[in-house]
Amino acid sequence: MTLPERAIIATRQEDDGVTLRIQGAAIGDRVYSGAITFFALCIPFLLLAIAWEIGSAGWPALHKFGFGFLTSSDGDPVQGEFGAAPAIYGTIVSSIIALVLATPLAIGVSLFLSELAPRWLRQPVGFLVDLLAAIPSVVYGLWGIFVLLPVLRDPVMPFLRDTLHLDKTGLFSGPAYGPSMLAAGIILAIMVLPYIASVSREVLLAVPRSQREAALALGATRWESIWGAVLPYARSGIVGGIILGLGRALGETMAVTMLIGNRPEIAASLFAPGYTMASLLANEFSEASSDAHLSALMAVGFVLFLITVIVNAIARWLVWRVR
Amino acid sequence: MAGVARTLKRRRIVNAVMLAVFVGAAVLAVLPLIFIFLHLLKLGIGSLSWDFFTKMPKPVGEAGGGLANAISGTLILIGLASAVGLPIGVGAGLFLAEQKGSKLANGVRFLSDVLNGLPSIVMGIFAWQFLVRPVGHFSALAGGAALGAMMIPMVARTTEEMVGIVPVALGEAALALGYPRWRTSLAIVLRTASAGIVTGALVAIARIAGETAPLLFTAFGNQFWSLSLRQPIAALPLQIFSYAISPYDSWHSLAWAGALVLIALIFIISLIARVATRSRFSTGGGD
Amino acid sequence: MATERAVAADDVSLVSATPVADSPAPRMRVDSLDAWFGSVHAVKGVNMHVRDRRVTAIIGPSGCGKSTFLRCLNRMHETVPTARVEGEVELDGRDIYARGVNAIAVRRHIGMVFQRPTPFPTMSIRDNVAAGLRALESGRPSRTKIDEVVERALVRAALWDEVKDRLSTSATGLSGGQQQRLCIARALATDPTVLLLDEPTASLDPISAQAVEELVYELRSDMTIVIVTHNMQQAARVSDSTAFFLHGELVEMDETNRIFTTPADERTEAYITGRFG
Repeated sequence: MTLPERAIIATRQEDDGVTLRIQGAAIGDRVYSGAITFFALCIPFLLLAIAWEIGSAGWPALHKFGFGFLTSSDGDPVQGEFGAAPAIYGTIVSSIIALVLATPLAIGVSLFLSELAPRWLRQPVGFLVDLLAAIPSVVYGLWGIFVLLPVLRDPVMPFLRDTLHLDKTGLFSGPAYGPSMLAAGIILAIMVLPYIASVSREVLLAVPRSQREAALALGATRWESIWGAVLPYARSGIVGGIILGLGRALGETMAVTMLIGNRPEIAASLFAPGYTMASLLANEFSEASSDAHLSALMAVGFVLFLITVIVNAIARWLVWRVR
Repeated sequence: MAGVARTLKRRRIVNAVMLAVFVGAAVLAVLPLIFIFLHLLKLGIGSLSWDFFTKMPKPVGEAGGGLANAISGTLILIGLASAVGLPIGVGAGLFLAEQKGSKLANGVRFLSDVLNGLPSIVMGIFAWQFLVRPVGHFSALAGGAALGAMMIPMVARTTEEMVGIVPVALGEAALALGYPRWRTSLAIVLRTASAGIVTGALVAIARIAGETAPLLFTAFGNQFWSLSLRQPIAALPLQIFSYAISPYDSWHSLAWAGALVLIALIFIISLIARVATRSRFSTGGGD
Repeated sequence: MATERAVAADDVSLVSATPVADSPAPRMRVDSLDAWFGSVHAVKGVNMHVRDRRVTAIIGPSGCGKSTFLRCLNRMHETVPTARVEGEVELDGRDIYARGVNAIAVRRHIGMVFQRPTPFPTMSIRDNVAAGLRALESGRPSRTKIDEVVERALVRAALWDEVKDRLSTSATGLSGGQQQRLCIARALATDPTVLLLDEPTASLDPISAQAVEELVYELRSDMTIVIVTHNMQQAARVSDSTAFFLHGELVEMDETNRIFTTPADERTEAYITGRFG
């Protein structure tokens, strides 16, 4: 073997500066992977920063009022007393109403789309349901104030209370002002429906054909095959979707703020106004009169942060397990 | 035999009823959307005029006026949010796609979903604490950053997905040509996936365009014309909110008109996104 | 012959002008090469000489490690996560796995074409051919220089006449066979010394496959080619020497006509007579 041959790579590098260029390329690779790693790490960093900033700002309140902060309803900012209980109660109750109303509808729609609808109808109807998620919260609030509330005031609330005599349950009693836990729950139901529906639809479409056909071949009716074969298969994914919807409902702010009445009281009746953690923040944050008040609000924000992180983590885990 | 027949009949009835229930659910789910659109058109279109887009808000009692400042403010906030959210989101998405299966990527993906599920009001108070409080005043920058942070997980996940469907062979071909990895990723893989990523970015923009809660304590709103990034800035959603909860009928109409414009903006963005998606797998279009 | 080769070497401008050693001299030398995917030992202790300006075919049943072996020759194997290589691969006497040798430099000397055509979908035909060039030169080469190289590469790949009128249209508009020849042109544009072909006709129709085969036969006049194929007729038609792989090992390598007429190893004979694989 002759020398010039051996030197091909080396010669070329000297000849036209390939060496430099290639070293540059190695640096480019390092810069590139450094950059994308940095961008990726922005995500955990952002979460940590949120937890730290809000947590430390809320710490004085949590420290001062202790665990009682979460369960007390004494809300007198002027006296330096805060209780998050009405807001936590309202957050939970409005979310429950939302899920109770939205879940059957969402599963119904998804079953309609995955099992019943003719092919040409699937896309448009699915698109319309998805569109619900594209409408901004503030527009839901606007619609709620001027369309939903009047309808609730008359005839829905009087109908529930007087005609159906549901006032005896305690849930549907008292004056029908309009702004209420019920109104917030209904608007939330409309808002979380597309989230539950889209996850459910995805999960239902992932159910193998054989699962359905096996049931139908055994002589089951369409409903029996859905109930006996399809739903059990998709159950944990659908539950994941519901919990994802719960996460949305817990933190939804504008529409709820505009419809719930914003009164820091725990009332048994769903006709009564209430408060949620998110609406409490939206309402009082810019008017916080003292450091103590601000810290108390931050503490509420921190609780909301923790709850939604946990709920979302559970939802993700459930949905991922199916895939 | 009679019993079997009766059971069969009952099963058929149950079947029919349940199937009818599904159809009913579908109708019921779509109804609110239709109502909202009808009301938006009915109540919003009356206040739409040239003035609405070009004039400033007027005090109560004075006729006319528009939301020019809120419209420009929303566009500025969208721009700021994209400047924050797109590079970080696309970069993180590339990382997730290239490190698929690694522990770090799985962790980041999970946290990205968690971040995506955070209430926007939490992002709002975080941005206030982080960006407004130290400076001492509200600003467009803080609002844009809050919205941008919300975009990151959305853009990251679409980027990951879109980069994931680019055939591995394409990247290999570039490597075999002597492309360094970074160039392969950017010039070949990312470029091939770009149409899909643009779609995802537009969807993310459409979603944050209507966000109000993150702006309440950051961009804050502004009754006056302002393009300054360091000053509070008006935004359509904020304006809709304050008009909607006001006691004045004329402001209510402006709120409806604002909502109609906001929805139109969001739909135009989504429409562009859909068109972009459609051409994703067609020809690349040469140079 | 010698002068002709010298001229050819001049054409391939990256090769030094000095005439290379006579044909039997190996352009590449593989010395006890092992390759793994994770814990799967895909290539086991392979030794091989790849002769200059000859076509070397690698045959064997699927899963025999022939593609992995090929990918070790230009350090493409290591681009797959968990992949590992041991041993030496020399190009013109220099170990491409030696410390300080950059994989990118290696791949610019040893081009590769894959089983499925991989035109870059966002680029025009011209940009596809020039793609490697743009990564190679420092700074952007002039438009005329690029056009020159693109034309030469397309002519060598026997595609010029078919595409010369639509160089700026998308490469995805070409037929499968044209796309594959485009990929060959793209690999040729950077003037590699060696061209590796990984089942280049496997996804093509018979007529396109024949066009690619003829091209390979033409190209060996001025470059070294290694082709992996599952098609024994193809190996017999286009190659000068043939290597038979089985279970990650090189069973036998010899002149092609000898492999297909009087193989030394009975496993080779069993394979070429169609008794397995």
